[in-house]
Amino acid sequence: MIRHIHEYRQPDLVKKLIHQIDKEVTRDWYIMEICGGQTHSLVKNGILDILPKQVNMIHGPGCPVCVTPQSIIDLAIELASRKDVVLCTYGDMVRVPGKNGSLLSAKARGGQVKICYSPLEAVQWAKSHPEKEIVFLAVGFETTSPAHALALSQARNLGLPNFSMLQSHVLVPPAMKAILDDPNHIINGFLAAGHVCAISGMHDYYEIAKNYKAPIVATGFEPVDLLWGILKCVEMLEKNQFEVTNQYGRAVDISGNQAAQQISTEVFELSDKEWRGLGCIPNSGLKIKTSYEAYDAFKKFNLSPKKEEESKCEAGLVLKGLKKPNECPFFGHACTPGQPMGAPMVSSEGACAAYYHYHYQSINT
Amino acid sequence: MCLAIPGKIEKIKPSEDPLFTTAVVQIGGVTQEVNISMIPSAKKGDYILVHVGIGISIIDEEEAQKTLQMIQDLS
Ligand code: SF4
Repeated sequence: MIRHIHEYRQPDLVKKLIHQIDKEVTRDWYIMEICGGQTHSLVKNGILDILPKQVNMIHGPGCPVCVTPQSIIDLAIELASRKDVVLCTYGDMVRVPGKNGSLLSAKARGGQVKICYSPLEAVQWAKSHPEKEIVFLAVGFETTSPAHALALSQARNLGLPNFSMLQSHVLVPPAMKAILDDPNHIINGFLAAGHVCAISGMHDYYEIAKNYKAPIVATGFEPVDLLWGILKCVEMLEKNQFEVTNQYGRAVDISGNQAAQQISTEVFELSDKEWRGLGCIPNSGLKIKTSYEAYDAFKKFNLSPKKEEESKCEAGLVLKGLKKPNECPFFGHACTPGQPMGAPMVSSEGACAAYYHYHYQSINT
Repeated sequence: MCLAIPGKIEKIKPSEDPLFTTAVVQIGGVTQEVNISMIPSAKKGDYILVHVGIGISIIDEEEAQKTLQMIQDLS
């Protein structure tokens, strides 16, 4: 039993919240949960099955594994195949399909790939293996970019010439705007990703809520947290209120984590960013500042990403909430977690994999 | 991937370079060394959220109680 998790799984609280949502809702609402961790929890805990029919959850683009362009995976594979390089990354990343297989298959062919739980492990690895070039493949949203900035700062303070980062960082608010700018979108409100808010705070969301008339609720990940966020969102929608609220007070301070923001801005700056499935979104990503360019794998190894190839995967429609995973013609047939056609089927936080693993009932109905 | 798990700080291990300050954190019965340079006010006994080996937020006990109480009080 883990404190601060267990309490938010209590069935009696879940029942109360469902009852309350049921009392509040009078019409159909479409609410997007931004974060893949939230999608995973909604599907795994069967919440989609117990919500009132009028509350429709749309699964957003907040899975960094899913939105990392294929070209970055291809570059990582290229680096892993070099004799002098050890490519380090998170476990989620090694199965993502590139053009010619994944990092895992590159490893099977003799490539040097090491799975790390933390980027700081890779820094220590670089320290103890001065004869190797250690490259950390770093993907993530605002939750994770400060961790990567910390790794680079540590490498600099340790004076490690053999550590660098191949990075693909994405930001939540520009993606929300891009989704809302799509004239076909059907979203009425958002559950903002709690751990992104724990770092960045809430200030970016006020303008979005006001301009796009969509309430935004910072929400945690456990069943009670999610339902608490959904209840608040439904209440605001029913009252025509387009505000920003924090339903994850135990973890989120509305101004975020200043130290984390500071280290991130010391190392990274804004840049345009290609998202797998969504295309290029202006100022929606980060790049390594010139003051840290010695640690930028793109520069160190003179890499440039190739143009994205057309893929039949319908991740773009899924990530925008325009299709449910099981409405993709390849779902469960040509595309399975064992043989994924697109990234949302690879990561356990991808909407397609979550639907596949937990046999969401609507798949068969 | 943005998963962050709550754990309790058992011991703080300061470092000369503050970027390397760590804490021994108990997460569901397992102890783990966690970098706490981004939560400089964390102290022994605090629950923190750990993400990729790094503390990103100190859990506010009062807020946690308040939330649970508000949900209990729903009619
Ligand atoms: S089911 Fe497979 S092909 Fe279809 S959108 Fe999901 S990942 Fe892409």
